[in-house]
Parts: sequence; structure tokens; C-alpha cells
Amino acid sequence: MDLIFEKSRTGRTASDIPSVDVPSIPLEGLIDEELLRKDVDLPEVSELDLVRHFTELSRRNFGVDLGFYPLGSCTMKYNPKINEEAARLPGFTELHPYAPASFTQGNLELMYELRLMLCELFGMADFTLQPAAGAQGELTGIMICKKYFEKKGEKRTRILIPDAAHGTNPASGALCGFETVTIPSNGEGGVDIAALREAMTEAVAGLMLTNPNTLGFFEKNIGEVARIVHDRGGLLYCDGANANAFLGRTRPGDIGFDLIQLNLHKTFSTPHGCGGPGSGPVGVREDLARFLPVPRVIRDQDRYRFSEDYPDTIGRVKAFYGNFNVMVKAYTYLKLLGGEGLKRTSDMAVLNANYIKARLSPYYDLAYDRMCMHECVFSGSRQVRSHEVHTLDIAKRLLDYGFHPPTIYFPMIVPEAIMIEPTETESKETLDAFCEAMIAIAREAEENPAQVRGAPCTTPVRRLDEVLAARKPNVSWPGEK
Amino acid sequence: MSKPNPDDRRYTKEHEWALDNGDGTVTMGVTDYAQHLLTDIVYVELPDVGKKVKQMEPVTVIESVKSVSDIFSPVSGEVVGVNDILQDKPELINEDAFGEGWIVRLAMSDPAELDLLMDAAAYTALTEADKSAAH
Amino acid sequence: MDYTPHTPDDIATMLQTIGVASLDELFSDIPEAYRLKNLPDLPAPLSEQEGWRHMVHLAAQNTLPAMTLMGAGAYHHYIPAVVGHIVGRSEFYTAYTPYQAEISQGILQAIYEYQTMIARLTGMPVANASMYDGASAMAEGAVLAGKTLNRDRILIARSVHPEYRRVVATYCAANGYTLLEIPYSATGRLDTAALAQAIDGQAAAVCIQSPNFFGIIEDLRDIEPVAHATGAFLISGFTEATSLGLLKPAGELGADIVCGEGQGFGNPMNYGGPFLGIFAATEKLLRKIPGRLSGMTVDLDGKRGFVLTLQAREQHIRREKATSNICTNEALCALAASVHLVSLGKNLRKLAELNVHKARYLKGKLSALADWDLPFTAPVYNEFVLSCPDPEKVNAAWQEAGIVGGYTLEKDYPERKNDLLLCATEMLGRADIDRAVAIAAEVR
Repeated sequence: MDLIFEKSRTGRTASDIPSVDVPSIPLEGLIDEELLRKDVDLPEVSELDLVRHFTELSRRNFGVDLGFYPLGSCTMKYNPKINEEAARLPGFTELHPYAPASFTQGNLELMYELRLMLCELFGMADFTLQPAAGAQGELTGIMICKKYFEKKGEKRTRILIPDAAHGTNPASGALCGFETVTIPSNGEGGVDIAALREAMTEAVAGLMLTNPNTLGFFEKNIGEVARIVHDRGGLLYCDGANANAFLGRTRPGDIGFDLIQLNLHKTFSTPHGCGGPGSGPVGVREDLARFLPVPRVIRDQDRYRFSEDYPDTIGRVKAFYGNFNVMVKAYTYLKLLGGEGLKRTSDMAVLNANYIKARLSPYYDLAYDRMCMHECVFSGSRQVRSHEVHTLDIAKRLLDYGFHPPTIYFPMIVPEAIMIEPTETESKETLDAFCEAMIAIAREAEENPAQVRGAPCTTPVRRLDEVLAARKPNVSWPGEK
Repeated sequence: MSKPNPDDRRYTKEHEWALDNGDGTVTMGVTDYAQHLLTDIVYVELPDVGKKVKQMEPVTVIESVKSVSDIFSPVSGEVVGVNDILQDKPELINEDAFGEGWIVRLAMSDPAELDLLMDAAAYTALTEADKSAAH
Repeated sequence: MDYTPHTPDDIATMLQTIGVASLDELFSDIPEAYRLKNLPDLPAPLSEQEGWRHMVHLAAQNTLPAMTLMGAGAYHHYIPAVVGHIVGRSEFYTAYTPYQAEISQGILQAIYEYQTMIARLTGMPVANASMYDGASAMAEGAVLAGKTLNRDRILIARSVHPEYRRVVATYCAANGYTLLEIPYSATGRLDTAALAQAIDGQAAAVCIQSPNFFGIIEDLRDIEPVAHATGAFLISGFTEATSLGLLKPAGELGADIVCGEGQGFGNPMNYGGPFLGIFAATEKLLRKIPGRLSGMTVDLDGKRGFVLTLQAREQHIRREKATSNICTNEALCALAASVHLVSLGKNLRKLAELNVHKARYLKGKLSALADWDLPFTAPVYNEFVLSCPDPEKVNAAWQEAGIVGGYTLEKDYPERKNDLLLCATEMLGRADIDRAVAIAAEVR
């Protein structure tokens, strides 16, 4: 389909600007002409052109409302519409971040209450809501670790990260100047305790552990892991990307995690919007709270206000207070579900994942054969070995069956990984239909591998040339030649 | 499947080759076996001329669509030339890893280091062992 | 409210397939000692109707302002109705990052179009798919400069938004960079002599903002040669996106990185977030810039299509060697900006001019009041600084009338005791402005 630029016709417009109702003089008298731009090179289309263009684009996009989206590690659950409606209330959208506190008591109360609910759910002493996404939450958490040791007068230069971790973990560690040390996984997909014990010296700030990990397993030895890290004075950081697995079942704070970052757009069902906005609150144990970013919402009697009065803070990671509108959605979700609903959420998420695991394990190799939490990881190795059909091919073939594929080739420690996270909002019928498709593809891989390798054939475009895109990058339209 | 490893040069276990130019410099690149593993190369981050490296330190970085790999210097020395054509045609490494796809020319600070590297036979044996381990 | 579809029969059948007797058994990997015995102590769950009522009530605890005279990093602009309709399409808002290109062509093409429009507006060859906000975009720019040039000093104008400076400081501290603030001159512009004095071969970047925090349009023609003399990057930021419609792009004036806040394009103020970090750079930095990029390519049949490209820059591939850890960005906010920009087209210039005229009218009226002065002389866009006898009192009077007043500069600039930073956008009608001025005139 054409680009909006190709649809542009000189003189068309989709907007009008109110006329100038105040006395004015020509701009050239106000601003040096050399500092003014010559032309605004934007497309010229009618409003209907615009609406048709973006509507057509939307029809070339797959969202949760269209179908099953078992993208592992992304928790693509249903996004309740009430959250969206609440977030559109003008009281929430129309306020300037510097509006006086007397204008914003509702917003401040919401942030205050959301913080308390997160503290209770995760067993942490305090939370900041400032980080804009999970990765920024990680960065904030690691900055807090760094500051903690600085204040203690300890020089710790390393941070430990399991090999199954998301790439954001080592990147966040490195951005704070830490040398990252990889801890291998053991035979059942958990932390290799001996390796951890050896690596965990007094030069190590701590361990960043995703729990459940990216294989979908809860760290069985978590008590021992925590002991090893704490015995050497380190901090135990929880990447809470997979928090959808244990709500109401356990609390990271009780387990011994000192910090955790959450992804509101995963666990608390704020939609991901094709890649954002997210929100990445960070929770900490009592003695780390003084390092949290500022400003923080406090309550004076019955009034709420911001306070900057935290001299040990790491500072700010974002302008203003975080992705407030995302918080509104998460808050609404929490209010509607309550403790009972959240527990059921995790229970059904784990049930669904284990059900898929059980149904597909005769047809695909399991990376590790044990009970999983909210997601299960298969390997496409069997299909590669027998029929030269790769995980990428299986994923593309799923498109022809109308499903969004799982996460593939991650975690990297599993060859040809297929990582399936069904989430709790999917019914047994949907899971069955997905499993039938996966089983059919396994059969196709045997009987007609070329068909799988040639997939997809029902999508608006077929497989795209990523090598060309990377060798000769074209990331902005040069216009008509 | 890979092209044979020429006898005129030395090899590292990280799959780089070094060809002694006889004038105190070596030309280096990655082996044909390596380019197979790397798949379609989309970008080579060429070092600046004058950059100093120690043996087996990263001298440059090669990117494919889904991976990034450090390329290690087979000898210690200083970068005296880079294969600028790779800027526009990184695929030369895929097409001709031992020839047109050379990456860097280095002035050696210690020519004796070349003796620490493998000859073609030893390197071929290493890659054969790799391949059978993969199966 | 319960969004799970499982019937008791479903649960029983599924447990049987799995081969366990109970849901509890599924959680047996959690060590006994850490299993919760009781439900989390959260407020009792609400029905949708009760929840809606609660949210309406909470929103009503806020006061919707009669008008907003505050800019300072967040701007009140009219958002055309089409924007909400497009970003409200669930094909967009309920999708994840477009990892599967074949069924994500919609957002990939939209991002490509967004990148193109941002590149054109900033005068840079490439723009990414977005960052968290203007502040973190500037911070990431500074880190990119440090890593690319292998230098560890960042210079930043004091006339950059105070919160942006703090975010840059936070990122610099994490990286071990020193941060040095460059003063402003009597005109309100960057003090280029002070910059020339401070800059040296260890300076990785000079970060400025135009229009700056005082609303003043910087003259990049004076700054650029000083920044580049020692090889530092010139990072030019902005907080008010609509100014791009009027001002010569920083890219044409020699900036290496242009970053800023895109909220003014199609995104409500949302009490400060989500906003839209804009990030654009020179061709040379293309393979180093943070964040996602949509690239045009072809499919197996040679048909045009789009993919996330140059992913080797990013954390999921480069891990600890990545220049940034960003993953989730602000894609939906970028889509809103795109729709707004397409809606505006050439009218963006007209909109920007209207902002200049409104601000000039408000500025003229207020500065004519007794004891109100204009401390700075350089030209402005839609924000400006005024000195008055008691800024707090004026703000209080406005607040009384339901107006969000100006930003008192003293808290960030102790030397500017009597100064108020004000903003007028197209949202203020002449009558609004006259009313705001009348209230200010009454303050004694």
C-alpha cells in the first residue's frame, strides 16, 4: 500500500487553524529570518484520506482483540475496556504536570494508592512509579544498588546475571558501569548454585534474577540463592517481567528479594500499544527506599502532595512523575480484580501454560521437562533434525493459521526456542485450537516441509528481506526521485 | 561446504586468518567457515587506522541480522589499512572470505606471535571437530 | 470482576490433562516457606459499574483548569478528533512490538512514516521510532556521545529544562561522566563565551535546548562552531514540538543529535506521561542510535514491506555492549503524533505562528502592568519570562480563578527571584488572555 507521502496532493488539508484573534505583526519583525524554516514538508491529505490510510494500516496489524497472542515473556492478556475508558476521563488527561496540588488531588491519591497496592502485592516496603518502562525500571534499580554501595563506602564493580536473562539485564548493568558476569543455568533450568557461589564475591553488587525465569520456571532454590547473595553483602534484584505467574501465591519481598521492577503493561494489563507506552515501577526493601527517584507522593493528613526532600535519592530518570496515564489503567485493573481476582489470574495463567505444555509435548521437544509457571519453552530441534524445518518456519506457518506466533529464539540457551505464554484470559477452546494448529504444523513439517518453509502465504506481505534492510538501511522516505 | 583453508596463512581458534605480507605487516580476515556461521553479514565496524591492538583483543565487530561478533586480532600491532569497500559491500566477506573480504592490515609489533597461531591443517582439524560436535 | 473464562469443568479437564490433582500442585516449585497462606490484603474487588463510579469520582477530585498558562515541558494543544479515533483502534493499542513483520505491517509502516516526518522536521537524515520522553532522549544522546567519542565530560546549558538536566545528571552519574553546566547570558541565550572557555578535548557533547527553558530561541549559528571546535557532539533539544513548525531545523544548523519532547504533537498532557521522546541523528550515527527503527525492504515477491531493522544495535542482541537498554518505547504516542502531523500538514506552520501571536499578546499585556518587566531580550516562541513583584501571589490569584499559572523560576534559578515563566498556546482565546491579565492586574 502507498505511503501517506505518496497520497499527498498539494493544497489538500485535513485541518483548519483558528484565525488570529489577537493583534499581530509579521513574524519577520520578531524572529531573525535566518532562524525560521522555509517550508514544512509534511503530507497534504484530506481528513477522509487520513482516516482511510490509518484504518487500512490498522487492518494490517494484529492485536489481542483479533486473536490469540501467546508471545512468551510479553504477557499479552486481554486489556479490559473499562481501563481505557477510565484513562480517557478528562480529569486524568487534561492536567498539566505542574498544576498546583490543589488541582490534582485525584491524581496524587491514585499514585499513592497504586503504590500501596503494589507494596502489599509484592511484599516490598516502598515503590517508585517514575520509570517509563521495564527496562528503565531495571536501570533505576541498578542505579539504586550502585548508590547503596557508594553510601556504604564499598567498591563493587560486578553484577551477576543468569544466561537465560533478557538482554535488557546486562545492558542495564553495563549502563551503570558494572561489569556483567554470566551465571550458567543448571540441568533443570535453574541457577547453577555452585557457579553462583563461586562468582558471588565481595566485588559483586548483586544478582539480577528473573523469577520465574525466562524458561518459565520458579527458582526452586531461591532460599539458597538469596542466602549466598546476602552472605556476601550483595543485593538480590528481581526482574519482575514474569510477575503474572505468582500473584497471590508468593511475594518477592518475603522470599528475600531486595528490589523488583514490574511491567505494568504486562502483569496489570495496560495495553502495549505496538511497543509502548509501558510503565516500570521499582519496589525496594525498607533501607533502600531513601534512594528512590524524586519526587514522591506523600500524604499530609488528608491532602496529598509531592516531596523532593530525599537527599540520598538517585535523582530523576524521567521528567515529571512517570507514565501517569498507564498508571490509571493499572490502578483500575487492580481495583476491579482485588486480591482474589489477582490470585485467580496467576492460577489460570499457570494452568493454561501447563495445559499447552502437556498437549504439545508429544509433538515438540521440551527444553526441560518439569512443571512450568506462566509460560513453557519448547525447542524446534526435532523438526530441524528430521525435516530441516526451523522454528522461524513454524512461527511463520502459525500466521497462516491465524495465530500470533510465540516468542522464538529466546531464551538463547535453548536451541530453536519456542516460548509460549498463553495468559489467563484465554479459554480452553482457544488453547485447543492453537494446539491443533501446532500439531498440524508438526505433521506438515514431516509431510510437506516445503509448505512450512514457504509460509506465510495468507498475510499482506510474505517473508521480508531483513538482510537487505540492514545492509542498505532505508529508514526515512527520500521522496519522489 | 566451506572453501578449503589456504596453506599460505595462519589461523586463530576464533576463526580469523592472518597472511604475512613479508613487509612486517599482515592482512587479516575471518575464515570461510566463520562466515558460514555468521550468516549474511550486514555490517562491518571498521577500526580507525592507527588503532593499536594486542594479540587476540577485539579489533573490529561484524554484524549479521541477528548477531554481533567481536573479531579478534591474530597479532599485536597497529592498524595500517582497512578494507573500505566493506562499508558498502559487507557481503564480500560471505562471498570471498579469504580474498576480497579481507578486513584489516596490521603492522606487527612481534612477528614471532604468528608462530603461536595454527597452520591450515590444524585449523581444518579444529573446524571438523566443531562440525561433528554440532551433529 | 473476573476476566478469566475457565469453567469448573474446564479446570478439572485441564488439570487431568496436565496430570495433577489441584491448582496448588502447579505451584509446588515455590518453596513451602514462601507460599502465601492468605490472599493479599487489597481493597475488595469491584464490579465494572462500581469501578467506573470509583474512577469518575477519583477524576472528579481533580480540578479541570479554566485555562493553562503553564508550559515548561508540557503543552496544552488542541488534539483533532481523528487522533483519538485512530489510536483507539485496538489493532494498534492491543498489539505488542512488531516482532512478526508479516502481521505488523500497519504499525511498521506507520512508524516509518513517523520517522520520515520527524527527520524532515528536525532536519536530520534519520529518526528512531521513539524514546520515553524528551528528558531521557537527551540523556541517551549524551551517553551515546560519550560512548562514541570515548570521552567523559558532558556540557549542558543551564537554560535546558531543569528536569532534563537532572535526568542527564542521573544517567551521567551511572556512567561515571562529569556534567558541567554552562550559564546563560543577559539576553537569555546560552553564554557562548563561557562555553568556549569550558569546552575541551574530553567534552563528548554540548547539550542545549531551543526554544530554551526561558522560551528563547537559541542561535545555533553561534553555538555550533564552538561545540565542534573540539570535536564534541552538538545535541540540540526541545520541549515544545510545535516549535519545529516554525524554526529552522537544528539539523540544518549543524546539530549531531536532535532530541526532544513530542507530546505537543497529538498527545494530551496526561499529568506528565506518557510523553514521546523524539530522537534524530546524523547518518554517521545510524548504527549506534538507541531505540527501534522501522526500515523499508521487500518481501519474497519483491513487494514493498517494512521490518524492525538494524537490531544488532539493540540490547536483545548486543546485551552488555549495547549503547542503550531501551526496549519498550512510546509507539502509540508516536502514532498519535503521526496522525496529528498528517492532519496538520502545511498547517503546522500556521499553528506555530498562532502560538507566537498569542504569546506575544499575553506578554505585551502583562509587561504593560505596573512593575512587570521583561528580563530577557532575545526572541521567543510561545513561552517567555516576566518579572513581577510577587510571582507566588499572582499564581495564587490565578489558582483561585481555576487557572494553572506560571512556573516560578526561583526554585531552579535562585538568582531569578521575581521571575515567572508563562506560556500561551492556541488554546487561549483573546478573552481568556484578557481575563488572566485582569486577574494579575488586581494583585497587590
